[in-house]
Amino acid sequence: MSKISRREFIKRLGAGAAVVGTSTLAGCDSPTSSTSSSDSVLPDIPTDKMTYRRDPGTGTKVSILGYGCMRWPMKPKENGEGEELDQEQINRLVDTAIAHGVNYFDTSPVYCQGQSEHATGIALSRHDRSEYQIATKLSNFSPDAQTHEGTVRMYRNSFKELQVDYLDYLLLHAIGGNIEDFNRRFVDNGIMDFLKAEKEAGRIRNIGFSFHGQQSVFDQLMQFHDEGKYHWDFVQIQMNYLDWLHAGVQSKYLYDELTRRNIPVVIMEPLLGGRLSKVNDHILREMKSREPERTAASWAFRFCGTMENVMTILSGMTYMEHLEDNLRTFCPFTALSSEELDFLEEMAVEIMTYPTIPCTGCQYCMPCPYGLNIPGIFAHYNKCVNDGMMPASSQDPEYARLRKAFLVGYDRSVPRLRQADHCLGCRQCVEHCPQHIDIPQQMDRIDEFVEKLKQGKSVTE
Amino acid sequence: MLRKIRIVLAAIFFLGIIWLFVDFTGLAHVWLGWMAKIQFLPAVLALNVGVFVGLAALTLALGRVYCSIICPLGVMQDLFAWLGRKTRKNRYCYSKPKNWLRYPMLVLFVVLMLLGAGGIASLIAPYSAFGRIAQSLLQPLWIWGNNLCALAAEHLDSYAFYSADVWLKSLPVLIIAVVTLVVLAVLAWRNGRTYCNTICPVGTVLGFISRFSLLKPVIDTSKCNSCGLCARNCKASCINSKEHQIDYSRCVACMDCLENCRQGAISYSIPIRKRKNSESQDRSSENIDKSKRAFVTGSAVALSTAAIQAQKIKVDGGLAAVEDKKVSKRKTRIVPPGSLSINNLSQHCTGCQLCVSECPNGVLRPSTSLMNLMQPEMSFERGFCRPECNRCSQVCPTGAIRPITVEQKSSTQIGHAVWIRCNCVAVHADHPCGLCARKCPVGAIEMVPMTHKGREVMVPAVNEEKCIGCGKCENLCPARPFSAIYVEGHESHKEI
Repeated sequence: MSKISRREFIKRLGAGAAVVGTSTLAGCDSPTSSTSSSDSVLPDIPTDKMTYRRDPGTGTKVSILGYGCMRWPMKPKENGEGEELDQEQINRLVDTAIAHGVNYFDTSPVYCQGQSEHATGIALSRHDRSEYQIATKLSNFSPDAQTHEGTVRMYRNSFKELQVDYLDYLLLHAIGGNIEDFNRRFVDNGIMDFLKAEKEAGRIRNIGFSFHGQQSVFDQLMQFHDEGKYHWDFVQIQMNYLDWLHAGVQSKYLYDELTRRNIPVVIMEPLLGGRLSKVNDHILREMKSREPERTAASWAFRFCGTMENVMTILSGMTYMEHLEDNLRTFCPFTALSSEELDFLEEMAVEIMTYPTIPCTGCQYCMPCPYGLNIPGIFAHYNKCVNDGMMPASSQDPEYARLRKAFLVGYDRSVPRLRQADHCLGCRQCVEHCPQHIDIPQQMDRIDEFVEKLKQGKSVTE
Repeated sequence: MLRKIRIVLAAIFFLGIIWLFVDFTGLAHVWLGWMAKIQFLPAVLALNVGVFVGLAALTLALGRVYCSIICPLGVMQDLFAWLGRKTRKNRYCYSKPKNWLRYPMLVLFVVLMLLGAGGIASLIAPYSAFGRIAQSLLQPLWIWGNNLCALAAEHLDSYAFYSADVWLKSLPVLIIAVVTLVVLAVLAWRNGRTYCNTICPVGTVLGFISRFSLLKPVIDTSKCNSCGLCARNCKASCINSKEHQIDYSRCVACMDCLENCRQGAISYSIPIRKRKNSESQDRSSENIDKSKRAFVTGSAVALSTAAIQAQKIKVDGGLAAVEDKKVSKRKTRIVPPGSLSINNLSQHCTGCQLCVSECPNGVLRPSTSLMNLMQPEMSFERGFCRPECNRCSQVCPTGAIRPITVEQKSSTQIGHAVWIRCNCVAVHADHPCGLCARKCPVGAIEMVPMTHKGREVMVPAVNEEKCIGCGKCENLCPARPFSAIYVEGHESHKEI
């Protein structure tokens, strides 16, 4: 890993703080004008400035910001056992989003421990059906849901949960492991034919798939499209300025292939689960020195929006401030210049030098049957990497402080019974990870790191 | 003035020892570990001749100041007695020494110790009684307070405090601690130092010595007007104001009488012997001297022989419930590295709980078996005996757990792992496991193929010669509530 000396770290931190400080003042020619007025300092977000893209198939106007319903806010259950979705907050978020012109909502039967569709349905049913478009998925992952009956049951249940009589967008969820998997889930059991009939009956407007995986599988699915075997009305891919050129399967390749066929692209993971909003301090400084009032997240969104064949960009906005920040980015949207695109590529190269684990916190791996909090462990590790808080040599004067911060923070963020040392390597999580992280291997690596820290030894990777 | 000095010194020792017991960070023993090591009984059990001689000399010079300053249980009783005097002034009166109780108690104590029933004997040992009270009742309060600070620190993004677990280590010890506290509080409240002068074995031994101490409170009969105020304020009930005599075997040199005497008739000084009685006194002192010597050598021999004897539809997110582990039933209990053997531990341990309160891994807890009552033993539901930790061995004041280096520890076999086929995940689940083999710090576990119901599975094979019994495998084993691999203790530890 690239080491940062303490002095350098503090310098960067200080610069970051200074930048944040100036950002709130920037643009104030007369300092009293904004603070003395009774209005808030931040201007209101216009409700009529949302940028829309046209779906080439149906001609529908789709807001460039789509709402990802995978990260709805949770609250502790009233009986104290576990968590449930916070419906009140979800309603507020949906209302605000629709009021500002967001009209694309993406969910799945498996999101939020299976509660997402139900909660999204409640929130959306309070609005006119013409005001929003629903995207949901066939998430038939467990073997007993992969029969024709099981899959159809899941499909029909989505209508009930979402309280709708047609679906605007239906996705075959997470295609890409291998083509046999695709055949088993959708072809051999006759689901593809069933969906075709449903589309003709008007209960589905668009059929597409979300893609995580092997390029060969993607090529195969494109070939099906070219041959006229299956028609893809849209495709959802993982895209962001890091994956554009720096991923196993480059987003650029996927995007170009889809654009060539005039298939509209829906973007997921534009922030890589927050990795591109919580960037390292000195990357943030670079960004702030260009645009002091914009967040790191807005750079990532604008990157995606700059690609013209992108129909909508999904963001799983858990909190109102996320939604507001995104609305500011997209109401209206301004594309990046080619110079700015080059700048982001520079940042991407920079980010790649940090040895973070590419977990987006999507929770697909969860629940781990042995109780580990996999995303929690990765999040703590990544946070320490990004904050330049990784202990290295035990000779380092900073070692003791960083060691304590890492270990105490680890116990705070993940209870001991759910930490990496309890991973027994059953590998049940591996196939679920859309980022293809070898989770057991990473767990072993992190545990080795933690063990060395606990024993007060040097940590060299 | 002397009383004030006594109070200040007592407060320093008392708070210091309390800190030693409530601290869970390992910081206290670095500075104050010696406070436990200079306690009388631990020093005797550790055959710590220096401390023993030092304390004897101190008592011979100044009387039982040990009981008023160094002994935390004594100071604690003084606190209750002080509260008692707040409610009723001049509440004590002189009483005759209860030799019929104190000497048999001492003998009983020594016999029990020699028979290896240290657990029962230490019920009346002062230092360990205090240790149990501090560990069972004060440490939870301290940790809860700390956890509040940790919560605040977390909000402030500070790592100054980290939270620690509070858990019931042993119900019997908690009950014993509460009963001890209540009994002592009531006794001290009503009559001052009753326990110290009737039951406490250390008090009885020191009482032997203190009769001949150089400095002692002396009543100047020329000044005394026999008002009896001194006797009514003596927590040891040892001043016979009518006869102008003080029972120095019971006097704990608290100096209260000096301050209470309005005539200034009591001074802390070398008594001037009256000619008349000198002869008889000399003789008696000689007798006692002999008996004392006999006792000290006798007990030392006894103790040293004892020491020699020794040795459905998958949805995303959520956390699976993790069932708590249950304590594995071990044939032989496991005692910490450094304790040499179960025998050595039982013969030296007074059950003070200092090691238990020190253990950062949740491994040590007091035994509940009758013969080893309150003595430490290990179990691995909450953690394992971490290779870099030797804190219990550093704090032990009695030599029950001898100091051991981290290097020695990693080659000391305290037990060995035993595999339980019917619990093992690798045998019953449809996926491999091998967590114990991968995490074993000494590489004593290897996965070997085995046929189970016509299916080849990889199961752990323990190399009993290499295994040191640290319990990491037992702790991490995913089988619940009982681990599929657990540690059986060894009666004698050995280097491998």
